[in-house]
Amino acid sequence: MHFELTEEQRMIQSMARDFAEREVAPKARELDRTGRWPNELVKRMGELGLMGLVVPEEYGGSGADTVSYALAMEEISRACASTGVIMSVQNSLVCEPLLRFGNEEQKRRFLVPLARGEKLGCFGLTEPASGSDAAHMATIAEDRGEHFILNGAKNWITNGPHADLIIVFAAFDPSLGAKGTVALIVERGTPGFTQAPPDEKMGIHAAHSCTVFFDNVKVPRENMLGEKGMGFKIAMITLDGGRIGIAAQAIGIARAAFEKALEYAKVRKAFGEVIANKQAIQFMLADMATELDAARLLTLRAAWMKDKGMRHTRESSMAKLFASEAATRITHKAIQIHGGYGYSTEYDVERHYRDARITEIYEGTSEIQRLVIATQTLKS
Amino acid sequence: MHFEFDESLALIRSSAREFARREILPQATEIDRSGQIPRNILQGLAELGMMGVAIPEAWGGAGATPIAYVAAMIEIAKACASTAVTMAVNNMVGEVLLRFGSEAQKERYLSKLASGQVLAASFALSEPESGSDPGSMRTTARREGKGWLIEGQKQWITSGDFASFFIVWARTGGNDPALQGPRGISCFIVESQAPGLSIGHHERKMGLRGSSTVALHFEKVWVPEDALLGELHGGFKIAMSALDGGRIGIAAQAIGIAEAALEEAIEYAKERHAFGRPIADYQAIQWMIADSRTELDAATLLAYRAAFLKTQGRPFTREAAMAKLFATEAAWRVVDRALQIHGGYGYVAEYDVERHYRDVRVTRIYEGTSEIQRLVIARSLLRGQI
Repeated sequence: MHFELTEEQRMIQSMARDFAEREVAPKARELDRTGRWPNELVKRMGELGLMGLVVPEEYGGSGADTVSYALAMEEISRACASTGVIMSVQNSLVCEPLLRFGNEEQKRRFLVPLARGEKLGCFGLTEPASGSDAAHMATIAEDRGEHFILNGAKNWITNGPHADLIIVFAAFDPSLGAKGTVALIVERGTPGFTQAPPDEKMGIHAAHSCTVFFDNVKVPRENMLGEKGMGFKIAMITLDGGRIGIAAQAIGIARAAFEKALEYAKVRKAFGEVIANKQAIQFMLADMATELDAARLLTLRAAWMKDKGMRHTRESSMAKLFASEAATRITHKAIQIHGGYGYSTEYDVERHYRDARITEIYEGTSEIQRLVIATQTLKS
Repeated sequence: MHFEFDESLALIRSSAREFARREILPQATEIDRSGQIPRNILQGLAELGMMGVAIPEAWGGAGATPIAYVAAMIEIAKACASTAVTMAVNNMVGEVLLRFGSEAQKERYLSKLASGQVLAASFALSEPESGSDPGSMRTTARREGKGWLIEGQKQWITSGDFASFFIVWARTGGNDPALQGPRGISCFIVESQAPGLSIGHHERKMGLRGSSTVALHFEKVWVPEDALLGELHGGFKIAMSALDGGRIGIAAQAIGIAEAALEEAIEYAKERHAFGRPIADYQAIQWMIADSRTELDAATLLAYRAAFLKTQGRPFTREAAMAKLFATEAAWRVVDRALQIHGGYGYVAEYDVERHYRDVRVTRIYEGTSEIQRLVIARSLLRGQI
């Protein structure tokens, strides 16, 4: 039991914090308001090594550990949740499965430019009619030997409108269920692969997502990730890691809201004194800080287990469940402390509140996390 | 950052677990019913070093760390919360003596307590009308000959009826306006045989029935000069620092109680059938288990984090308050869900969960209520310590 960060972890944390405070935070409000894609920030994250944090240097990444990744995600998301999720998708959902399941050629061809941030990727699992129940996918990859013919649609694809490639999951034999699935890498510009206009959302406005369509898309066999039949498994293992990223994102959003509420409480006066002197406000702040710390400890524990090569499915789910629900409670209280100003877009907490909400839904809803935790707990 | 137990830590945990399973658990129901912990259990705990986990071996303790103390406390509390609180108070008194006691006081009291030569000592801070606000205490100590004369009353004194000695806080500032409130308080060691000291009302409690809780009456109790513990008028600081450590212990106690309840609930859910299936197959039950497991893990991490900071000799007041607040509130929810999973059986004394439910409730009250923990955390946040 040791709760001290290593030198390297602290360095990455402070690098991410500096970048987030100097370059991301000043733009966050504008990005939220306009929904503009932060191309310049995406580029900068690539330059700083934030797009392939845990990818070894030989494949263009930073060679950091998952603990550092979680710390960096928190810092970026504290400044701007949209920028945070763009980073999270690239790291957790695109680079990680390529690193873990890709062959040498795929790593050279796809992973290196992705980890360097020269290219952008996205992850296609969810479909219009299948979210939590991901194994029942309607997207079909017909095996023609030399290539697959891909037909179907995927939705809520974060980074989708801008991505250079997608890792897409499809069924080659629906009768086999999860075992009849395959993961394919499809590059932008492949005939028949098209994107709908970006989704309109409650929050994370600058992180564009869209539905993508596959209409008789010919995918060469060398673009198959891992073995045939492993699609669903790759998706699940990838999400175990992704959940650590989203937990960290939720913590970043919640921390931003908490810090702003704390500052506001110190200056806002009511009944002749600053509201921070009132227990009603103090108790909210105490609960917010306690839950933030608990969420961070759960997240860093899951990240540490992943770094150790330990099975961390349950721990990632716990981190994601707790952090995302805590983020909703914390941003809610931050608005409450701000009163009417909290409801106005003039103050950031209104944005944090909208941004936090999605963390309870994507990369496995809270309900899916509970299912995972309960199943694993009842098994052990 | 790592979350592993090293060998010595694993050893203490497994020895606590073994003892708890073999010696304490089979007696837990009887302890709750009879209101008494068998002497051999307390003796056995002392022999294992559990009455002074973080006390150096030279003073009769186990010479381990506050982290080990958390691990051990969780295991003991899983078996019996009454035994656990007796252990917690002994450890807290031991740490006060270790930190603030003179060599002579350590020799005379600490060694005996940590090694089990005496079964218990008590921490006498609360009064009938002063709990969360100990600065308002009324018990006084005034100079009398080469010592002090203590007068007043103390309340909620755990292990008070069989403790060999008490750490007692009293006002020593007289009428000096500079020594009112928290300032004019000193700390004394009072032996149970001291003339004028009597045991008052035995509390009848909702839970922790095996642990004795009494009132103490001090009627002109004379103690010698060397009964003063730490500096004159420096008692409030001693109490606060003892409670910082104590809160980690109570967090661990709450976690232990809740772990037991959750384990029992899981077993029950796998066996109990409804509508043709074990109730563990239903999401209504699974959700309760998932939330309980998650909250307990978070609580445990907070407790170990506070213990880690204490082990490192760093400030841990806020972190201990967070651990205590979160762990006790979470434990209460976990035990409540465990009872719900048991249905009617959860409400009857035949199942342990009924005892856990009663036992866990006090953890949100003693050694600083949840409200006091929130105040401590908020003050630290508002001072700018992010």
